[in-house]
Amino acid sequence: MYDFIYHRATSIGDAQSIFKNSEDPVYLAGGMTVLPTMKQRLANPSDVIDLGKIDGLTGVERDGDEIVVRAMTTHAAVAASSEVAAAIPALAALADSVGDPHVRNRGTIGGSIANNDPAADYPAALVGLGGTVVTTSKEVAADDFFTGMFETVLEPGELITAVRFPVPEAAHYMKFPNPASRYALVGVMVARTGGVVRVAVTGAGPCVFRIGEMEAALAANFRPEVIENIVVAADGLNSDIHAGSDYRAHLVGVMASRAVAACG
Amino acid sequence: MTINVGATVNGKEVSAEVEARTLLVQYLRDHLGLTGTHVGCDTSQCGACVVHVDGQAIKSCTILAVQCEGANMVTIEGLADGDTLHPMQEAFRDNHGLQCGFCTPGMVMAAVDLVTRYPRPSEELVREQLEGNLCRCTGYHNIVKSVVAGAEAMAS
Repeated sequence: MYDFIYHRATSIGDAQSIFKNSEDPVYLAGGMTVLPTMKQRLANPSDVIDLGKIDGLTGVERDGDEIVVRAMTTHAAVAASSEVAAAIPALAALADSVGDPHVRNRGTIGGSIANNDPAADYPAALVGLGGTVVTTSKEVAADDFFTGMFETVLEPGELITAVRFPVPEAAHYMKFPNPASRYALVGVMVARTGGVVRVAVTGAGPCVFRIGEMEAALAANFRPEVIENIVVAADGLNSDIHAGSDYRAHLVGVMASRAVAACG
Repeated sequence: MTINVGATVNGKEVSAEVEARTLLVQYLRDHLGLTGTHVGCDTSQCGACVVHVDGQAIKSCTILAVQCEGANMVTIEGLADGDTLHPMQEAFRDNHGLQCGFCTPGMVMAAVDLVTRYPRPSEELVREQLEGNLCRCTGYHNIVKSVVAGAEAMAS
């Protein structure tokens, strides 16, 4: 790892002010992506701004029809939250499926979302549940937040402060994990609220996406068999040594059907 | 950039002047001489470097020492009570839960952490919870046996 100037931010304002005054800074949340990237010398930030000691950025609460997760809340804390388990068990299960227990003790929801790894789990939760990302300067619907591979609408220096998830009537996240890395080869979040169904896919493409045809079919009849014959196009999907795009396209349908079945 | 990092490790106050880029595992091994914590893969996968920071098991190769300023940490050296092994260490010995022993410090630290969350874990749960710890010798069978036995011993 190249050397850098370390800053322990004391507040959000302090973090943003250091960011503005640094040459090539990076924020450090849980560090589960940025530190490995720096260790491999794929990143060489001039300044590392540690968000770990800022008060008020952790915790989960129920706010009316929503679950609010503050940005620095770890995956382990989301998985163990009684509020999440009661309101959106699919979200608790998703958080509990990220990486391994030690990674879940450090990795944060805000860091995962800001990074927008194409195989990360949380983007599927955000888009599938129709959540909202709250930042230091705006509130963005999840549908508009993720813009491409490792890309979001976050501006330089902008920080996520919380994520809001509407409580669905039923939801389930079904993941086909890479057996070695546990990242999603394909992960599908299905959520039903009122007459509205959302189907969000991670791992398969460069960025999380929805499948409108499945959503419409499931809105009319919420049963796994109604989507069995919907063909997912392999064009533009990821293809690598772990799985070709055709296989990923096939897995999307299988995972979606299983997620619907598991909603009960 | 160098920075002073002070913390409590195995009940003792410690401090060392380190570069900002120093990983926790380097701080423990190179600056404090606590070489029981191992560097296996150095890529957040194998778990040989697992230690407890403020009561949680983490991979010490993927956290900066400066992030642990003021933290209360336990390493494999802090588990035994003098010459009396921790029940989990004893269980690994009794059940032949190690061969070359390289992964063992991380396995034991992960096992103690999982027992605090799941006091009487099933074999299946142990296998699931050891997802972040790799062993290239044992085929895991005796490690799982050790963790289940260690959990029993910790409960009694």
